[in-house]
Amino acid sequence: MQLDPKEVEELAKTLYIRALKLLPPDIKRGFERLQERETDATGRAILDTMVQNIAVAERTRNLLCQDTGIPIYNVTIGRNVEFDGVAVKEAIRRGCERATKEHPLRSSVVHPVTRKNEQTSCGIGVPLIHVDFDGREQTVEIEMIPKGSGSENGSFLQMLIPADGVKAVKRFVIDKVIECGGRVCPPTIVGVGIGGTSDLCMHLAKLAATRPLGSTCSDPEGAKIEAELSEAVNELGIGPQGLGGRSTSFRVHVEVAATHITMNPVAVNIQCHSARRANAVITPGGIDFR
Amino acid sequence: MTHHVLETPVTEAQTRALKVNDTVTLEKTLFGIRDGTLIAMFDRDRRTTFDLNGHALLHTAPNVRKVPVSNESPTGYAPLCIGTTTSQRMERFTRPVMEREGARIIIGKGGMGDQTLAAFRDLGGAYLAVVGGAAALETTWIEAIEAVDMDDLHPESLWRFRIKNFGPLLVTMDSHGGSLYDRVQGEAKARRAKILAGLGASE
Repeated sequence: MQLDPKEVEELAKTLYIRALKLLPPDIKRGFERLQERETDATGRAILDTMVQNIAVAERTRNLLCQDTGIPIYNVTIGRNVEFDGVAVKEAIRRGCERATKEHPLRSSVVHPVTRKNEQTSCGIGVPLIHVDFDGREQTVEIEMIPKGSGSENGSFLQMLIPADGVKAVKRFVIDKVIECGGRVCPPTIVGVGIGGTSDLCMHLAKLAATRPLGSTCSDPEGAKIEAELSEAVNELGIGPQGLGGRSTSFRVHVEVAATHITMNPVAVNIQCHSARRANAVITPGGIDFR
Repeated sequence: MTHHVLETPVTEAQTRALKVNDTVTLEKTLFGIRDGTLIAMFDRDRRTTFDLNGHALLHTAPNVRKVPVSNESPTGYAPLCIGTTTSQRMERFTRPVMEREGARIIIGKGGMGDQTLAAFRDLGGAYLAVVGGAAALETTWIEAIEAVDMDDLHPESLWRFRIKNFGPLLVTMDSHGGSLYDRVQGEAKARRAKILAGLGASE
């Protein structure tokens, strides 16, 4: 299969807009589960408003949240796919820029020093484009994540040491969830990275925060910790928007990587309740939106 | 737990009457402001042509569409999606925006800190919580973008919105030292030791 940059450009544009308007089914189901279990009156009312907002966005074809986020594209390339990598990356950037100008969308991206907004949602290193490979035959998957800033500001890294143990990893997560309170737009998905290098650990936390609800960590030790922490964070009583209740998080997700004998890094990256993402799969048969 | 319908601008007495857990629906006018706007106004001493005296400030930057200037869209901007951003980043600007510009109400999400609570106590103000991330719904409460100032900061301009039935909003910080955020934080911290023990992660 030959990957056509023109097709990638159109898809990069479409996926950005779709991600901003349609909440994935797993997150909608997550809201239903939280509504069933929430006992706090304020918490219930806030969850109901969030669910109402999803319906209003669909009915009015509007954006779920005004924060158009930092655009992230995850490209996974399967076997027997021919592509010009540079052209594909340029196509994604153009698609992102076109979504911003043609929809139009608020450009939320500025130069980090001058704070100048080019009104394109693009800048140095943005959109983020991650390319990876998998074993699927003649398949390319593109995932678009507009990462909201309120929750992205809830990002933390601690280079713990081996003597601190896994206890300190758990303490770090609980303390950061308390510290963030309502600022990260709960109910959240708490993404936790354990191990790796400092940069890999942070990236693991982002992968965890943006993983679909219902998925579990592929490592059994990581899966055990995510189950424990998922119960624990909802005992804190922070609740929707930090105004009290059970529903602090949909779930804590953990991703792990091997690390050095001297190291015990932990990272937290939080996803807000508007946990937006859009996926499309390109095969010789056409494009399938997931 | 009283419901208040307030038409802006409001008086000091009106904001001092607001108590945590009351609800509010705002009518008439609302100003949109955020990081870039406040930095320009207070760190670079830029002055707005708008009169913010007694007004409500919404922490936001909208998605807008450029349209021909008309009675409905006097600025040439039509609102597409207007929501609320995290307020805590604007913490150090609450007192100056109340003292210099006379603002009385902050509308945001996630709450603010001690400096803001002290400014509310001293000057008579309140914080009203919107459900963050519910922007499609919030947009239906906004009738038009009436005016815009400092638009070189776009989208972090100072926006004047015409609103209708804006709310219900929850009073989460008041001028009597009340903060629902502080209460919830305090309770979470009190539960921490037991939760850590349950995780086998006590200090």
